[in-house]
Amino acid sequence: MSTSAENENPDTATPEARGLSQGQLVRKRFFGHTAAVISMFVFAGIVILAFTSVGYAGIPGWYQWNYIETPPIQGRGEPTWELPFDFGQHPFGQDSVGRDMFAMTMRGAQLSLIVMFIIGALGGILGVIIGGVSGYFRGWVEAVLMRLTDTVIIIPLIILAAVLGTISQTMTGRGTIANAIFGGSDGVVLLGLFVGVIIWTGLARLVRGEFLSLREREFVDAARIAGASDRRIIFKHILPNAVGVIIVNTTLVMASAILLETALSFLGMGVQAPDVSLGSLISDNQQAFTTRPWLFWWPGLFIIAICLSINFIGDGLRDAFDPRQKKFRAKKAKDTRASSSAEAKA
Amino acid sequence: MVTYIVRRLVTAVLILLAASFLVYLLTAASGDPLQQYRQSSLPNKEQLIQQRIQLLNLNTPAPLRYFDWLGGAAGCLIPFAAECDLGKSIQGIEVTTLLARAMGQTIQLVTAATILAIIIGIALGIITALRQYSGLDYGVTFMAFLFFSLPIFWVAVLLKEYGAIGFNNFLNQPNIGLSAMGIIGLVAGFICYLVPKSGVKRKLIAAAIGFVAAVALCWYLDISGWFLTPGFGAIGVALMGVAAAYLVTVLTAGLRNRKALYSALITVGLGMIAYFAIQPLLDLATILMIIILGVGAVLVGVAVGYLMGGFDRRQSMNAAGLTAFLMGFVILLDRYMQEWPEYFNNSRIGGRPIATIGSSTPNLEGNFWIAGLDIFTHLLLPTIALMLISLASYSRYSRASMLEIMNQDYIRTARAKGLTERTVVMRHAFRNALIPLATLVAFDIGALIGGAIITEAVFAFSGMGQLFVDALNAVDPNPVMGVFLITGILAMTFNLVADLIYSVLDPRVRVKA
Repeated sequence: MSTSAENENPDTATPEARGLSQGQLVRKRFFGHTAAVISMFVFAGIVILAFTSVGYAGIPGWYQWNYIETPPIQGRGEPTWELPFDFGQHPFGQDSVGRDMFAMTMRGAQLSLIVMFIIGALGGILGVIIGGVSGYFRGWVEAVLMRLTDTVIIIPLIILAAVLGTISQTMTGRGTIANAIFGGSDGVVLLGLFVGVIIWTGLARLVRGEFLSLREREFVDAARIAGASDRRIIFKHILPNAVGVIIVNTTLVMASAILLETALSFLGMGVQAPDVSLGSLISDNQQAFTTRPWLFWWPGLFIIAICLSINFIGDGLRDAFDPRQKKFRAKKAKDTRASSSAEAKA
Repeated sequence: MVTYIVRRLVTAVLILLAASFLVYLLTAASGDPLQQYRQSSLPNKEQLIQQRIQLLNLNTPAPLRYFDWLGGAAGCLIPFAAECDLGKSIQGIEVTTLLARAMGQTIQLVTAATILAIIIGIALGIITALRQYSGLDYGVTFMAFLFFSLPIFWVAVLLKEYGAIGFNNFLNQPNIGLSAMGIIGLVAGFICYLVPKSGVKRKLIAAAIGFVAAVALCWYLDISGWFLTPGFGAIGVALMGVAAAYLVTVLTAGLRNRKALYSALITVGLGMIAYFAIQPLLDLATILMIIILGVGAVLVGVAVGYLMGGFDRRQSMNAAGLTAFLMGFVILLDRYMQEWPEYFNNSRIGGRPIATIGSSTPNLEGNFWIAGLDIFTHLLLPTIALMLISLASYSRYSRASMLEIMNQDYIRTARAKGLTERTVVMRHAFRNALIPLATLVAFDIGALIGGAIITEAVFAFSGMGQLFVDALNAVDPNPVMGVFLITGILAMTFNLVADLIYSVLDPRVRVKA
């Protein structure tokens, strides 16, 4: 067959045959995933826009209003943005007291992003530690940690998060250091920490499964016979092999975290007034839908844009780390079919 | 096996105890239950505070109060003793009463959404897996990601605005404009364009057919005033029955199996006779009667398949039975539609049928059909909102599962034996692709009751979610514990069920005793 001959040619060989490192392979596959790459740029754009426009933690931004100022209402407060580039005074419009919607949306996006990162980071770290320790050491450690996981997992996430969100509200304003660091948004940090403390369960189970199977592999036995310590085996041999599962699932946790945070804020159990979250903006403005629809559209669109881009990045990462359902396989199958049918005709 | 189940149950009870302790303490710590009175200026403020302290036993520290609660809750374990005491809410109402009412509402809300999401999601997943990397696959994948990323509260508010208020306005002046017809036609054409497997010409022909069919349908609905007096009529019922017969036969037996096709078509004929015969009977319909009629229809269908006999009797029986069920459903739907004008013009409805809040119209009087329509108009929007979001995950999972199965060796063997593609897909691949989904469905059902919290809040449905949110806002642990208990027990049970189902469906998986 002609295809097997082509495979030996270095130009058309599969990426695996070209002697690339694992990291290079992953990067190559990720950048071959169009949706993921576009999403990465969209996400980076949103982060930059949210943090530079209204400023953060006392650093002023380039936008003229902030989310608390109440400039006089122009007209009915409609968006002044005329396509394509005439932004006007209030591109996203103003609410009923005159606050600028663009500034509020950006502030909401900032807080939602911060919460998301905290939840993702904390949930990821806890999940890896708990899952890794119980998968590697097994025995009573595993039994205790897994029963702990079961305990947290049976409480519906939204119920637990709502209770903790309410607690974070009552504790807000006491952590002055956090207040200084996070630009007056310590309640948000608390919310993120609390939700991060409960969201690790799914990841812990996955990491445990991964560790359980990896620790039985030959290379781990070899390392152990060579006299490697537990720490070395975990960090040098097992963890790098489990990194795909960890990264992909942490990304997906972050995507669900932003929905969770906005939902809590929508219910009034997350970010509290006077601060704004994308969820609380929607909650505040849902009654005004008929009179001021722009107040409702923008926060929602930002939630979707953030969540969608993270989901696509996660999907791209999954394909990059776990190429079992590879794209080129289908294409190759099609090519072989086409060539064999062409041969048959000839 | 028995040892395994017993061990799992014992662990489950212990875990439930630990989790309930955690929830109780956290709820108690989430605020001040006396907040409402502390800032009030009522003259009997002190007395009210004392009353509430008495009611909620606030002088006892929270960890001890938990054991108090546990003692009452333990009474629920004794069957038929009616000693179930989950405490009282902050208004002094028994939590068991509150829970019973709320659970009914929530189950009503989530049932339809779950079933629809499972059926549509799995169907979409299978189709996209069979058409991997086609336009259809990319389209559905993108939609699934989009639905994943939708904040449900945002969708719900949009649905209220356009699905209820907008649609009600439309119903008062039910004219589809020309431009709207064009847009609907283009959308239908685009969807049809994605359906054929390959060939631009075939795709374009499909798109043209889709466009024309959609526009013709809209035009017909428009000039016949269908939206005010909907219904299929005898011809519509017959056409849909025949279509159902063909579809079911294609899926279960293949059109080459003439006996199966004929038994399905005979069932449709019988269904048409029944359609005319039972209309007067349906005037007195009750829910029990509908169920009996449905079971009767399926039995008749199976009997027709059995009498057709032939080489593979079971295929005919399956096809005819399923057709009979669908036929019964169409007749039921038609009957509901016949009652629509009466519902629409009811003074309580006042020509604005699609509701935005609540689960039923208060003080609405009417027979079985009117009550059913009322439930339908109230459930429609929350069901759509809930469905969209779980549909996405079902379609993704079933796609992945189907793709994995289709790459297995035994599928190649089946093809090499010369089986038709239908048999390979439906008999060899589809059934095995459902195994991992069975676990997912079990998990989801366990999580559903608690998962509708946000939807309930937006649509003011007084279900479990609303109960939970209200109780949490009032720092009232007893109802919160009630809600948690139900959801927790459900989650545990269905986790166990999922594991057992898995080991039954896939003999390679063994449970450790």
